[in-house]
Amino acid sequence: MRKIYLDHIATTPLHPHALEAMLPFLKENFGNAQSPHSAGQEAAAAVEEAREKVARLINAHPAEIFFTSSGSESNNFALKGLSLANQSRGKNIVLSAIEHQSVLHSAKSLEKLGFSVTLVGVDKYGMVDPAEVEKAISKETLLASVMLANSEVGTVEPIKEIAQVCRSRDVLFHTDAVAAVGNIAVDVRELGVDSLSLAASQFYGPKGAAALYIRKGTRILPFIDGGIQEGGRRAGTENVAGIVGLGKAAEIAQGRMRSWAESLKPLRDRLIKLLPQKVDRVLLTGHPEKRLPHHASFCIEFIEGEAMLLNLDLKGIAASSGSACTSKALKASHVLLAMGFDHATAQGSLVFSLIEGITAEDVDYLLEVFPPIIERLRKMSPLYTKYLEEKEK
Amino acid sequence: MIYTEKVMEHFQNPRNVGVIKDADGVGEVGNPVCGDMMTFYIKVKDNRLVDIKFQTFGCGAAIAVSSMVTEMAMGKTIEEALKITNKTVAEELGGLPKNKLHCSNLGADALHKAIENYQERQKAVSKEAPKKSVSDEKCYCPYCEGPLEGLEDYCTTCQVELESCQECGKPSKKGEEDCPHCGAKKAKA
Repeated sequence: MRKIYLDHIATTPLHPHALEAMLPFLKENFGNAQSPHSAGQEAAAAVEEAREKVARLINAHPAEIFFTSSGSESNNFALKGLSLANQSRGKNIVLSAIEHQSVLHSAKSLEKLGFSVTLVGVDKYGMVDPAEVEKAISKETLLASVMLANSEVGTVEPIKEIAQVCRSRDVLFHTDAVAAVGNIAVDVRELGVDSLSLAASQFYGPKGAAALYIRKGTRILPFIDGGIQEGGRRAGTENVAGIVGLGKAAEIAQGRMRSWAESLKPLRDRLIKLLPQKVDRVLLTGHPEKRLPHHASFCIEFIEGEAMLLNLDLKGIAASSGSACTSKALKASHVLLAMGFDHATAQGSLVFSLIEGITAEDVDYLLEVFPPIIERLRKMSPLYTKYLEEKEK
Repeated sequence: MIYTEKVMEHFQNPRNVGVIKDADGVGEVGNPVCGDMMTFYIKVKDNRLVDIKFQTFGCGAAIAVSSMVTEMAMGKTIEEALKITNKTVAEELGGLPKNKLHCSNLGADALHKAIENYQERQKAVSKEAPKKSVSDEKCYCPYCEGPLEGLEDYCTTCQVELESCQECGKPSKKGEEDCPHCGAKKAKA
């Protein structure tokens, strides 16, 4: 059976060159990067080379890159580390309502320590208005966090403008760029952010390797105590192979990001144009233009996301949904609800995120197998029956 | 695959999907907010379920559960059908993921609602559509999936204070304005 992987936002496959770069560090070059002997120093050199590559990808200085284990860890590190180290500035944190759970839940933990959280809403495209961020900022605000691109609806936020607002109000600004880095150009100097999260598994690097950019001179509390690794801010023996894979993936992405986007964008647009033509009552979610080049997301009315995913999987297609049934907490997507979708519609969330190598034939195959799946599920849906009855009246 | 073979088999080839226009009883459970909604239609002759049809909005488990229930109840007497429980349905399917046990496993409830509706019509007490109900079985924390044992105003796993929604009865975090299950504005305590 044909296998088509359209779940970039969950994770990408590992680039063969990244794997190749990693292998020696899983085999003969097993040294601990903190050891003074040559085995350790080889590992240390590889870690520092990777740091330079990651820094180059986002136009940062290598000393501003801190390796972590995941995008979620990077977000926890930034939210908690910045808030706890800068309490003299105030104890309020401003967040967009569509942040990743790792940002939202870090803020919830901080609430227990006496911080307050202000949420900024989004428009129907999931777009954050910088003016709304400005309104939310008070004298008490020390930190704001808005994601660069939302993985569920693909919308790319006006980070540069929001960072400017924060700078002018003397508020620290973090952006979760996990879905963006390696897929679209990200320049921390141009954006003017204080910290930024990225993860290798979103641009053909390995899982378990990620980083936090922290602008030079920014005060932050260590996230893991007990060692001198990562400038004393994140203790623990380095995941050398993972870090090397992240570095290699960053180098590859820097060279090829543009061509990946150029090849995937027409396919994304083909999906966005044709899917609603093939099936009625399909809504695009997220911004029609200001969105990730590989990202097409929808709400299919009257049916539930997980049932669609299972059926697509039986046809060899891997996709994602933000429906309550696919989330283990069985809650509808907070992103779609914040954008104004009702619960029933949000349940029909479906995300196709393309990876490098996907062809027009793959997209056409999806467009061919999709309508019968929807027709079959809608025949089973009491909501669709009600819709048809009301339409007849 | 997160489901057993039998669940997937019923999901792919659900039995008895549809609507019975002149049904003797109709039962509806759940709501789309928490994911699943089922409508069951029954025809009864000589105290036996001679036809059952269902429609389900929900995940793979919810669809398989509905199909399984129709198969288990078809041809049974009213009394036999009332003995089918959500638990026996889940067992018949070879088990369900634990976080699906509560929300997706409502098939027997929907069937029982349809039977109740039939019995009410027999008594000619009421011919109105049945009221929606929500199962009051054991629940899992909507935030961390930890089991909520007895005391449903506190999740011992993730240490979140919970309160029950007055509309749908399901737990959510204390202080949240809207119920994440049914969307209703929670009354200020």
